Amino acid sequence: MSESTLTRPTAAKPIPALPRGRGIRLGLKRIGYETKTYFRVGDQVFFTFLFPVVMLAIFATAFSTSGNIGTNPDGSGGITQGAYYLPGMIAAGILLSGVQNLATDIATEKSDGTLKRLGGSPLPVISYFIGKMGQVFVTSLAQIALLLLVARVVFAIELPTEPELWARFVWLYLLGIITSAVLGIALSAVPRSGKSATAVVIPIVLVLQFISGVYLMFTMLPEWLQNIASVFPLKWLAQGMRSVFLPENFAPLEQNAGWELGWVAAIMLIWCVVGLLLCRFTFRWIRKDG
Amino acid sequence: MTSSTSAPQASADLSDPPVVQVRNLVKRYGAHAAVRGVSFDISRGETFALLGPNGAGKSTTIEILEGYRDRSSGEVRVLGVDPQKGDLAWKAQLGIVLQSSAEAAHVTVREQVEQFAAYYTHPRDVDEVIAAVGLTEKAGTRIGKLSGGQRRRVDVALGVIGRPQLLFLDEPTTGFDPEARRHFWELIRSLKAEGTTILLTTHYLDEAAQLADRVAVIAAGQLVEIGPVGTIGGADARTPVVRWRDATGLREERTSEPAAFVTALALQSGTEPRDLEVIRPSLEDIYLGLVAAADAEAAEAAETTEPTGAAHV
Repeated sequence: MSESTLTRPTAAKPIPALPRGRGIRLGLKRIGYETKTYFRVGDQVFFTFLFPVVMLAIFATAFSTSGNIGTNPDGSGGITQGAYYLPGMIAAGILLSGVQNLATDIATEKSDGTLKRLGGSPLPVISYFIGKMGQVFVTSLAQIALLLLVARVVFAIELPTEPELWARFVWLYLLGIITSAVLGIALSAVPRSGKSATAVVIPIVLVLQFISGVYLMFTMLPEWLQNIASVFPLKWLAQGMRSVFLPENFAPLEQNAGWELGWVAAIMLIWCVVGLLLCRFTFRWIRKDG
Repeated sequence: MTSSTSAPQASADLSDPPVVQVRNLVKRYGAHAAVRGVSFDISRGETFALLGPNGAGKSTTIEILEGYRDRSSGEVRVLGVDPQKGDLAWKAQLGIVLQSSAEAAHVTVREQVEQFAAYYTHPRDVDEVIAAVGLTEKAGTRIGKLSGGQRRRVDVALGVIGRPQLLFLDEPTTGFDPEARRHFWELIRSLKAEGTTILLTTHYLDEAAQLADRVAVIAAGQLVEIGPVGTIGGADARTPVVRWRDATGLREERTSEPAAFVTALALQSGTEPRDLEVIRPSLEDIYLGLVAAADAEAAEAAETTEPTGAAHV
């Protein structure tokens, strides 16, 4: 074997430094790229973007004859089935836009070589995530706007008018979408290939929706299932959204006879931190070989 | 094994420290060593081709230099930096064309090239690069709708858009038709003329002969030869072969003076020798000879040291 030390001079030309602040700038640039790509993928648009709207339409139509929920004994008051399920659909939309969208998207990009190429380029990891988060924000806001529009115009569902309820909606949305996005990024590490990504992610997301009061009234579920669902953030997000969109007299119908907004914030915050830590320690451009 | 060469290199600047320095590089996957003590340097401005059969360790070596894989042992410097510690500023000086890709099907050629241009401080002009890889007419087409060879050209465009000091090309022309390959060679020559250092792996020996200042042949994880294309295998490997047929069948003679030999042959037999040929071994013949010798050696070594460890990658 030949000599084991480097004999030639090693003082190479210094490598030029990159300008500061480019991580943010490139991240903002990637938001446009990511959003454009999102809307060009048909199944993504249907199963993530339009799905809650389609489900709301089905629920509002299918149960339109089953009468109102929460009517007084004299038959007055109460809200339509569509109005009752609207907050759940919003919560589900936030879950889909974050968890389902990012987990399948990033797992696919991992297996098709996108991440490998980016990992060999000078794109900062933070820019990649700003792009993904931005795409999630843009698409989920558009999704919620569409949901509210359809709810109001097509199904004549009354929307809240009090500013404090909309302020509550804003923090619930922000906490929900950030938690959902970081959990999506964390979950993207699980599928071993892009092809298996939807097979891994969709069942998780679907089961969560069924046990968290999105498609089924939460209090209809057996208590043990309610307790399982209470571990996960979707149940709390849906409950928080009900506190925004349902009349105050629905609070006693919740599991613990109240909106429990403190718990809503606490549980989601815990999941957000757990998700961030998982992202921090599991995300790699590529799996370096063993 | 050769660790460096002092052969003259017309376009390489030897006063600079080498752009790539590799010493005793080893990469093990469990008990199997994919790369077993490879050493070479690449000078600034040089085009260096790594040749070898599939599984010889070419891609493993290049991916270690690109920072995608960690080495098991040995020393590596790329632009003076250990690739395992390469930061973004370091990556900004590299252009990487990977072996295969199937991504970004939903964006157009221009959108993709323009996106990557933004990652670099002094990128080349987007339309010029698209034109250089011959995709001007396809600039508005989604990448998913391109043919395999056209996609490969997008890969090349993304590799050169950042005006890299060092360009890695891992089997860049796989799937190209002959005309596209010629165009690609022109592109590489123009990059070289601008001073880009290029590390190329290829299966095509004509490609190496056309482009490379030096080639290294890697077989079974070891460098078996390194040097300018015209010298690999040594002078003996280039000795012409005279082949003809006589009463005893096909005859062959290696000689450095084929004309004199053929003249003598004709005088001696008094007739025109049948099926007369003078064969100068091609680069391919030399290369195949080197690889076969290395494989035979590796197989022998495997039999004596690790009876169950068949070579695989």
